[in-house]
Amino acid sequence: MIVDPISLMVALIVVSTPLLLAAIGELVVEKSGVLNLGVEGMMIIGAVTGYIAAVETGSVTLAFVAGMIGGLLLSSIFAVLTQLLLSNQVATGLALTLFGLGLSALLGVGYGGTPMPPVRDIFPQVMQDIPVIGPILFGHSAMIYLAVLLVAAVWYVLTHTRAGLVLRAVGESHEAAHALGYKVIRIRMLAILFGGACAGLSGAFLSVARVQNWIDGMTAGAGWIALALVVFASWKPWRLLIGAYLFGGIAALQLRLQAAEIGVPVALLDASPYLITILVLAVISSDKSRLAMNAPAALGKVFHASS
Amino acid sequence: MIRLEKRPTPSRAWNIGAPILAVVLTMIAGGVMFALLGQDPVEAIRVIFWDPLFHERFAAFSRPQLLVKAGPLILIAIGLALGFRAGIWNIGAEGQYIMGALFGAAFGLALYPSESPLIFPAMVIAGALGGWAWAMIPAILKTRFRTNEILVSLLLVYVAEAILASAATGWLRNPEGMGFPGSRDLARHPGTDNPEVIAGTGMHWGVITAFIAVIAAYVLLNRHVLGYQIKLAGQAPRAARFAGVNPGRLVILCLGISGVLAGMAGLFEVSGPAGQITIDFNVGYGFTAIIVAFLGRLHPIGILLAGLLMALTYIGGELAQLMLGVPASAIQAFQGMLLFFLLALDVLANYRIKRAREVVA
Amino acid sequence: MKHLKTLLAVGAVAAAAALPATAQEEPFTVGFIHVGSTGDMGWSFTHDQGRIAMDEHFGDAVETVMAESVAEGADAERVMTQMILGGADMIVATSFGFGPAVNAVAEQFPDVYFEHATGFMRDHPNVSTYNARFYEGRAVTGHIAGHMTESNIVGYIGSYPIPTVIRGMNSAFLHAREVNPDVEFRMIFVGTWFDPALEADAAQALIDQGADVILQHTDSTAPHAVSQEAGTFAFGQASDMAQFKPAPRITSVIDNWGPFYIDRVQAAMDGTWEQQDAWEGFAEERIILGEITGPVPDEVRASALALRDSIASGEYHPFTGPINMQDGTPWLAEGETPEDGPLAGMNFFVEGITAELQN
Repeated sequence: MIVDPISLMVALIVVSTPLLLAAIGELVVEKSGVLNLGVEGMMIIGAVTGYIAAVETGSVTLAFVAGMIGGLLLSSIFAVLTQLLLSNQVATGLALTLFGLGLSALLGVGYGGTPMPPVRDIFPQVMQDIPVIGPILFGHSAMIYLAVLLVAAVWYVLTHTRAGLVLRAVGESHEAAHALGYKVIRIRMLAILFGGACAGLSGAFLSVARVQNWIDGMTAGAGWIALALVVFASWKPWRLLIGAYLFGGIAALQLRLQAAEIGVPVALLDASPYLITILVLAVISSDKSRLAMNAPAALGKVFHASS
Repeated sequence: MIRLEKRPTPSRAWNIGAPILAVVLTMIAGGVMFALLGQDPVEAIRVIFWDPLFHERFAAFSRPQLLVKAGPLILIAIGLALGFRAGIWNIGAEGQYIMGALFGAAFGLALYPSESPLIFPAMVIAGALGGWAWAMIPAILKTRFRTNEILVSLLLVYVAEAILASAATGWLRNPEGMGFPGSRDLARHPGTDNPEVIAGTGMHWGVITAFIAVIAAYVLLNRHVLGYQIKLAGQAPRAARFAGVNPGRLVILCLGISGVLAGMAGLFEVSGPAGQITIDFNVGYGFTAIIVAFLGRLHPIGILLAGLLMALTYIGGELAQLMLGVPASAIQAFQGMLLFFLLALDVLANYRIKRAREVVA
Repeated sequence: MKHLKTLLAVGAVAAAAALPATAQEEPFTVGFIHVGSTGDMGWSFTHDQGRIAMDEHFGDAVETVMAESVAEGADAERVMTQMILGGADMIVATSFGFGPAVNAVAEQFPDVYFEHATGFMRDHPNVSTYNARFYEGRAVTGHIAGHMTESNIVGYIGSYPIPTVIRGMNSAFLHAREVNPDVEFRMIFVGTWFDPALEADAAQALIDQGADVILQHTDSTAPHAVSQEAGTFAFGQASDMAQFKPAPRITSVIDNWGPFYIDRVQAAMDGTWEQQDAWEGFAEERIILGEITGPVPDEVRASALALRDSIASGEYHPFTGPINMQDGTPWLAEGETPEDGPLAGMNFFVEGITAELQN
């Protein structure tokens, strides 16, 4: 077999995790009716604050917490600007990315190349040694399970709790939600901060666990892919998981196909994760039997209580 | 407790005053940052905002460079703004920019070494077609399959980058380049070059096209029925439908126009300032143009000014790196701050600040 | 580019007018321009280390200015021009893609010296190019990889299929095959110079395809992080990457630009600077072999060092015939070594490599 399916499964889970972490946060933000294009900026800040914390404290757990705090703090700028000062969300998000990339490089000066504490797998080796399911299900570090749990939690909260109902109501029609007495601005700000923390965690996963180094600009556009995945998922948590695994799976597969020398042009393989994601979405969205796109109706619109 | 009260019409005074106040506030906040980095804040601010325009040694060179840098930003942003107004989200102008450059360059190079004066105009058309074709993918997927254009246009940027790399290392590689990546030099070959139209001003054909686009967009939005439809579709989609606006047609038109303009921007760049197809030909104009579009409040004149302001911070930022040793990352953070203040203070044009007795969410 | 000539000339006059008054006391100014961030821990970082070493060597006699993350093309042209208008006497441009811009600016400012890394265009007498013979380093890492692999599969992460990458792959492969006739190489081109997460994914893909030693022509430590977990070996690239000592990083090829910059600046100040095409390797210590660590057996360490020494002394060329091209066409006859020109533009794999070059 030219590509081993088990190691491919393991790899696609690892490859997808940073995307999934950042995207699930952004999904909640967008469900509340806010479009934050600053995912990349929040990720890179999380990457640097996480790395610095790992260097300074030697603790992986604290590093992930620091990454979350970093992302959250940066997102608070976006929250204040878009929610209190009613600035344009698209432009503010892009500015956030610019600011985050610059600030992270300033913060990270002198930290690159420091040895990292190891990130351990959580399940014992015996379980990892079970054929087939062992490596796929038990062979990972905690963050990878956390990402999936987070998806489940977001799904549960959005669909089965009052808080989720309110959040969705705010995202569908802020006027109506406001009329019902919900604090639109407060809910959206909390959603934005949650999104920031998730993106920051995603960045910290990259710097602390995946690359084990701080390098300027190291997120290299992953935040943009996370944004695209939220759209791909039609703002549904489980479809986000599928989308992230699809994208990560193709990305992991194409690298293996290159190594297996199948004779397909490299440019085509390098572009394949993007092309296939587009194709799959086109197929899904062409199915008229379902409500293809359930974008939150108030997405990106400025809310100002007139009463 | 302070609260905002919507103005019946935007304040004219604050329309102009807010950006000025934003720049002043950025100077203060940025000054604090530069001071923290051990720089003289006053000097850093002066180098960024003043020196590109008025420094005795640099200004003669950098003033025209403002146009070279702002040209593609304005040209792309004008096209994007039409779509954004209609609620059509083309996030992938960067990809359309790349494809425009590739189509145009490939056309010009196919006729190499001809020096016919017809080649350059034909290259512009080829570039426009390239950008248009790339934008038609999300447009058609959207109109036929209701596929979200944000995702498609964004992901196509990465596909365009892969095609660009294969062009630079393969099918467009300079046969006389001793195996190194990169196409022939278009800017130094008569016929395929995009020359400066008025010597010493930085005004190459791309800058002129950008100015024409500003005027055309202004006329379109204020005088033409399509402009009316675009505005209506953005503000009240249902009403637009009742008014006979065909949403599919609008998607094709808006994505098409922005694709054409981004493609032309790419062609003008590759045949002029950049000079050749290289692996890293694209430098993010397509993304920065999104900021420019909103910074200019999606208004053609606003975009013109926003493009020039962004260009100023780029060039001033470079000068600050060279003259003061400010790191590039500090410049990036500073640009981010400037945008934050500009976007935040827009609120003053549309809202009145009032003191409220009662707390309202 | 071309249409900027006139106004460049205007600027030049302005600069010339401004300079003479203080020219004698002013230090010699060198402007560095990098395509990446100097915090990239790789290519631009090592050039900046070279700048710092040069700056320290000369003290007050030399001043350096630096611009990082400058895009190739128009931006580079503008930055270099501004450096010169600001008083730079020499420009060091550290990316291949700066070539056309370097030559365009050099034409406008014939009195300024230009050093362009990894380039080949020297259209004007004030432009020199320089590069390091990284393939010499890759001969040694290939040699070690050939010994260290137990699966007989070596993974190689490349950026793009361009001559400098292809040459390194060939060199590493030939020397791995020399010590291990069963060894095979698996290549992945990631299609970017910079994406640490993708490099990590590529390393994992190679390991999953059986590789137990990873070579890389990208600059991040991501493959090392993956190798650490997988128990495979990797090599420091551009910088020592000492944080991953003693394993998975078993040795490194370190870029060492400082002495070169010192020489060239000294020559320019002495008035002895001449146009050249410097392509230097182990002999000139443009590249340095990092410490070979514990996991490598003593006899392999000894043979690797001997290989390095024979390359450094000029006794041995890493591309010494007989070498055939991938399709079996003879390239170098017995004992023959290539000219630098064709070697610089090497665009084919050698015989034995199974991957196809497709671009």
